[in-house]
Amino acid sequence: MTHARPSIALGIRFSGGCRIDGATLFSPLSLEIGAGEWTCLLGPSGVGKSTVLRLIAGLATAMEFDGEITASDGQPLEGRIAYMAQSDLLLPWLDVLGNVTLGASLRGAKREKDRAQRMIARVGLSAHAHKRPSQLSGGQRQRVALARTLMEDRPVILLDEPFSALDARTRAEMQELAAELLAGRTVLLVTHDPAEAARLSHRIAVLTEAGLTPIEPPSTPPIRPVDDPETLARQGALLRMLREPA
Amino acid sequence: MGGWRSGILAAALGLSVWQGVVWATGLPHFILPGPLRVAAAFVDSWELIAEHAVVTMGEVLIGLSLGATLGAITAVQLAMSPSARALARPILVFSQAVPVFALAPILTLWFGYGLWSKVAMAVLIIYFPVASSFFDGLSRTPPGWLDLARTMGASPARIMWSVRIPAATPSLASGLRLAAVYAPIGAVIGEWVGASQGLGYLMLLANGRAKIDLMFAATISLALMTVLLYAAMDQLCKYLTERMS
Repeated sequence: MTHARPSIALGIRFSGGCRIDGATLFSPLSLEIGAGEWTCLLGPSGVGKSTVLRLIAGLATAMEFDGEITASDGQPLEGRIAYMAQSDLLLPWLDVLGNVTLGASLRGAKREKDRAQRMIARVGLSAHAHKRPSQLSGGQRQRVALARTLMEDRPVILLDEPFSALDARTRAEMQELAAELLAGRTVLLVTHDPAEAARLSHRIAVLTEAGLTPIEPPSTPPIRPVDDPETLARQGALLRMLREPA
Repeated sequence: MGGWRSGILAAALGLSVWQGVVWATGLPHFILPGPLRVAAAFVDSWELIAEHAVVTMGEVLIGLSLGATLGAITAVQLAMSPSARALARPILVFSQAVPVFALAPILTLWFGYGLWSKVAMAVLIIYFPVASSFFDGLSRTPPGWLDLARTMGASPARIMWSVRIPAATPSLASGLRLAAVYAPIGAVIGEWVGASQGLGYLMLLANGRAKIDLMFAATISLALMTVLLYAAMDQLCKYLTERMS
């Protein structure tokens, strides 16, 4: 592939606690996001997973955050992250090419259409480059979102449940595509799906009301086959953890 | 073309009710002329009506363009700046509490009896609906799009231009549809207060000379003009909204 990977992968350390209107959302916790690895933050809804991601992304939250977020090279993270959410966030008035080059348009930079076409080809949508999002299926739309994320070419990728709205088959395909295309980058994946965490992660951290617990991932490297016995066993163990009363 | 058929049916029904009322009440034609008499007045005086309709249409179109532009600019300013919002909103709401009718004599005093006092009336009457519905749309950009744009390093001005304004097009469209209906009201009020041309002037003139059939013909012409204007605006808005969704 012609697309260069970032030369030095970036690790991130998140430590701190979060309060909302004086009530604790999560007590001080420490999360290591390994350089060039997939780190999965797994947990039920409402424990603050997405808040952790938003804080790292530098996005507004209604929270009071007491702690710090540091990159392994000591530089600020601003401008070095790309973000992909559960909803594809495609702009309906732009075609696929326009959406993939959105970042450049928003920065007033050159749109690099050739590179965008290559990204669209990598997610398998070359035939659809001039279609509007409304003409695409849910899985195709999420592929466009992935191409847009790749186009940003940032060392850190923040994924906020990006596959959870897809049907099982499309979800498995998207996981494989994302693992292939984002390899070598530092990825934080926030999810409530134990299967996704067991399949994709180099590191797993489970966030529940009781706090953050690091969990050993299966011994094989990701991405793991959907029917790998060790992965399935880990998926079961993770689900059991999620169901434990706080 | 079911729309056309039901439109023709509705018109026929309206005309029959009108004629029925004329027959039932037995009112003289200088109080309530029947549809045929009004049609005859329309045929006899169509050049006169057209001459005045062109004047009113001109006032309406200029007022509509100016009012919609000013309203849209205001909405963007308010959406960009919290301090502008804090200052301007009470003023805007207060300005709506003053009936536009009450301002017409002052506007005529300031802008004279010609075109511009009517344009000013039309602008005043449509400015608020356009500004407020567009501002409403600009304040409701889906938060995910804003998050995405921020992680991409976009400036607030770029986010406004490339995300918030396109996303608010349907709200702007509903403001513009209202404006198309309100603008002729503004122009005609202006003409009533002081004018020597326009459909509003013609209505007063015909009324004063007891030419009630001509007055009806002018009123119906104004209504038709407004309907046409609304239909054109509706097409434009549909096009814009489809383009953006």
